[in-house]
Amino acid sequence: MKAALGVVLAFLYAPIVVLVVMSFNASDSPYSLDGVSGRWYGELLHDEQIRQGLINTLIVAAGSTALAAVLGTLLAVGLARYTRSRMLDALALAPAVLPDIVLAIGLLAFWSLLQATLGLHSVLLAHLLFGTAFVTAVVRARLHQVDGALEEASRDLGAGAVTTFLRITLPSLGPGIAAGSLLAFTLSIDEFVIAFFTAGPSQPTLPIVIYSMMRFGVTPEINALATVLLAVSFTVVLAAQRLSRLTDSLGR
Amino acid sequence: MLSITGVSRSFGEVRALDDVSLEIASGEFFALLGPSGCGKTTLLRIIAGFEAPDSGTVTLDGSDLLGVPPNKRPINLMFQSYALFPHLSVEKNIGYGLAREGLPKAEIRRRVSEVLDTVGLGAVANRRPHQLSGGQRQRVALARAIVKRPRLLLLDEPLSALDRQVRAEMQIELKRLQHEVGITFVVVTHDQEEAMSLADRIAVLEAGTVRQVAPPVELYARPADRFVAGFVGSNNILPAETAVRLGLVPAGTTSLLTVRPENVRVGDGAGTLTGTVLDTVFHGGSSRIAVGVDGLAEPILATRPGAPTVSVGDEVRVSWAPEDAVLVPA
Repeated sequence: MKAALGVVLAFLYAPIVVLVVMSFNASDSPYSLDGVSGRWYGELLHDEQIRQGLINTLIVAAGSTALAAVLGTLLAVGLARYTRSRMLDALALAPAVLPDIVLAIGLLAFWSLLQATLGLHSVLLAHLLFGTAFVTAVVRARLHQVDGALEEASRDLGAGAVTTFLRITLPSLGPGIAAGSLLAFTLSIDEFVIAFFTAGPSQPTLPIVIYSMMRFGVTPEINALATVLLAVSFTVVLAAQRLSRLTDSLGR
Repeated sequence: MLSITGVSRSFGEVRALDDVSLEIASGEFFALLGPSGCGKTTLLRIIAGFEAPDSGTVTLDGSDLLGVPPNKRPINLMFQSYALFPHLSVEKNIGYGLAREGLPKAEIRRRVSEVLDTVGLGAVANRRPHQLSGGQRQRVALARAIVKRPRLLLLDEPLSALDRQVRAEMQIELKRLQHEVGITFVVVTHDQEEAMSLADRIAVLEAGTVRQVAPPVELYARPADRFVAGFVGSNNILPAETAVRLGLVPAGTTSLLTVRPENVRVGDGAGTLTGTVLDTVFHGGSSRIAVGVDGLAEPILATRPGAPTVSVGDEVRVSWAPEDAVLVPA
């Protein structure tokens, strides 16, 4: 059993290990290791194209996540409180599971129907779409764990509806909202298909930049970039896990 | 005084409360007792303001309560699940209601520490609810409700989540506290022992109607109907025709004959009925004996002090003093 576990883990992580090792390659070839150096990380820092792509990506991810956190939470609370319809539930969560390509084509068609110019705003709104669905899913799950009597207790102790929402409902959903937001953020950062369809040509996001770089051949610079992204998403996943553990210990 | 007059409430086809009227005096420890689904929780939620009745009135000291939202009623509820706020410390949980009244911080602190002393929780003031034992949580919930000094405190199955020993302690504690703070307590419970040991008066509810309102001793000694006779304590209930046939009551009687097991004598001497011992159970301080009597559908139960003096299969005679046979309207 232990051996099997090792094989599966090796299968999962071998490519990533190769990627990380190659990012410290001193040579120009991304395929053969020729001494160790941090030179490609230096190049990364000075690459204007990548920096712009990163800024664009961060704008899209941060903006869509912030909006998704608000909309997703409200949607989750609304669904839980005012409807028993499974259909509405499914509709709210659908953008999270629909194939990206379907969303991408649909969004492109939608924007051209509106004759809107494509730019960062169109990517941001597109990412808001699936981001909201993910936040809704996580917050809904959290809502199930929260004792419904908490809100009644708050009312009973003299709080109005708004105070109850702000002081009781929101804090008990907090870990769920944070975990959902982190999920939306990481998904937005490396999302390619939808961004490719909905971004304006002058404002590509980082995955699009990487894709266009790849067309001129892979350099170790891309490995370095991928390693940085790996470190970031790993940190975010760990943070999300921490938060959900916090959630469990807060649950009754 | 809390007056409930002609309150009815239906959920779809189900009539949860049917023309319920009750008067609960100030400072009284009152219990609403009934099996699950009898409507007691609905009545509690109507008093607290979380449900509205379809008809009827609810007034507290003469002023109408029904138009008043729960956050504006001088009534607090201790929830069955306690509903402590998980993200707030014990201190903040208890101070929550006072902060909503807009009291100054110093005043809130003073009153919170006062009530913490009352319930004996000063040492855990800074803990979170999940760090407390069941008994401690229950005290926090109680403290959070009484710190508001409500005119009426509602308690929803206050002891059901506690284990046996803590429950016995809390029963005494609740009575002491009610005495101390002088607030009217209304406790909702399905546990007749709990109601009997806590309350000054008990209302027995069944299928949305009030069957009897009486002090515990009277409820036990003089049940008003068959349901109360069977629900409060255990009882031998004989249908009228059987009692007439066996010559226990004069012909023409239509009431049920009830006898408490502790009043039934079992032996080989003189007695009213003859039967066979079906079962004996030793409880330590007492024993329970089931005697099958010809012509009776149910065995007669007797509770006797000490170990059983008869064994299964024995032919015995059962009897009771005439004054222990209570006639209950059918």
